[in-house]
Amino acid sequence: MIALLKRDLMLAIRAGGGFGLGLAFFLIVTVLVPFGVGPETALLAKIAPGILWIGALLACLLSLDRILALDWEDGSLDLLATAPLPMEGIVTIKALAHWITTGLPLVFAAPALGVLLSMPVDAYLWVVVSLALGTPALSVIGTFGAALTVGIKRGGLLMSLLVLPLYVPTLIFGAEVARRGAEGLAVQTPLLMLAGISAGVVALLPFASAAVLRINLR
Amino acid sequence: MSIWEYANPVKFIRTTDRLLPWFSWAALSCLAIGLIWGFFFTPDDFRQGSTVKIIYLHVPAALMAINAWLMMLVASLIWIVRRHHVSALAARAAAPVGAVMTVIALATGAIWGQPMWGTWWAWDPRLTSFLILFLFYLGYIALWSAIEDDDTAADLTSILCLVGSVFALLSRYAVLFWNQGLHQEATFSADKEQNIADVFWYPAVISMVGFALLFIALVFLRTQTEIRARRARALLARERTL
Amino acid sequence: MLPDLGKYAGYVLSAYAVSLTLIILLVLFSVMRARRVRRELEDIEARQGRSTKEASDG
Repeated sequence: MIALLKRDLMLAIRAGGGFGLGLAFFLIVTVLVPFGVGPETALLAKIAPGILWIGALLACLLSLDRILALDWEDGSLDLLATAPLPMEGIVTIKALAHWITTGLPLVFAAPALGVLLSMPVDAYLWVVVSLALGTPALSVIGTFGAALTVGIKRGGLLMSLLVLPLYVPTLIFGAEVARRGAEGLAVQTPLLMLAGISAGVVALLPFASAAVLRINLR
Repeated sequence: MSIWEYANPVKFIRTTDRLLPWFSWAALSCLAIGLIWGFFFTPDDFRQGSTVKIIYLHVPAALMAINAWLMMLVASLIWIVRRHHVSALAARAAAPVGAVMTVIALATGAIWGQPMWGTWWAWDPRLTSFLILFLFYLGYIALWSAIEDDDTAADLTSILCLVGSVFALLSRYAVLFWNQGLHQEATFSADKEQNIADVFWYPAVISMVGFALLFIALVFLRTQTEIRARRARALLARERTL
Repeated sequence: MLPDLGKYAGYVLSAYAVSLTLIILLVLFSVMRARRVRRELEDIEARQGRSTKEASDG
């Protein structure tokens, strides 16, 4: 399992692996928003946590098809399936690799981009905390979507259609933590809900992803 | 005799062929009675005026939008556990019907909301949940139509249906939480059934029965279609290999 | 013939129009597809000359 994780990380970091793409996408979305809604500082400060969450979510979505599609094309997924490793373990490792290469950088980049949006000081901590808690769920749900559409040519758009509704609860609670944190309200309830969703998704969804992948490899 | 007998496609088609006219006519007459009674012969509400007549479409459509998803969930479970093709095809047949019901519920809700709340759309928990439900329907239908192999498509969509149900439920509570304290408009549409007078209640019930019968009739018909389409594909495939 | 709908007439009528149109379209598409598929299947079965055993439902 460790070897698989190492391999996936190496592949992602090497040229053409798209390691920086998610981050660059996140940066561009965040920069485009002020062009869209106007440079007014008060407004930007108010919507900054939400924008950072949406941007992170889209950046995650963008990189999803890399989780499984490449391995599917060159046949290494078939090899992995015959390896003495449960399919559940494989998809979990895949999701973990995706999180380390996409989700984790987003968490670290968010405060820097918050500066661009003149985010209030109180919000920084909560944006980082909520993203750190929420992005694993995004990666795991995304792996499920990627597994569903792995056999379909040009399935990227379909995958977005499938994955985005599944992102709704995570986004709602994540953005709610950030928003309440920014306004200095109590964040305990949404924070616990977000953590609960992440934990539940990480624990249960790999089984569904593995089942789906087995069907697709049939 | 057990219900599993109807898992045989031939048997299913034969039985539903007999039942279909009954259900269709019953649906038509219930809808006609309920809607005509509701539209022509019910008084206006003292507060909502004539917009109260929208209830005979809005509530049954919303009811069927949710029940259609539940039916798909049950059919998907049956497919996963017992692998009866009819079950998977019935789930496929029900999805577009449910999606249309969701659109009707949303559209009539918007039209009703404009005069009553002064807005076409509010991010009210109930409205938002229905919008999310609609997105789930779209994804489900899109996945069905994207995969060529029938069994693979049935397997994948039924798992999507299960996972989607869990997430739809989660979204429902997330949305309730998210909009708490912003406005209380949900009370407008909450539990109408309990606090409306009998004059509105009877035609509404008949209309609900009509929508339910219509749904059943459509699912019968569309499931037959799916069975036949599947058989035609199988025969064609055999023809090619011969 | 129409009941007096007062100032909300447009809203009520459009709600009914939208819903009925959607339902009728749905029924129409379902019936048309059912007919087409049934005919296609019958064609294929006739072409393949398959006996009545399996095809009795077609």
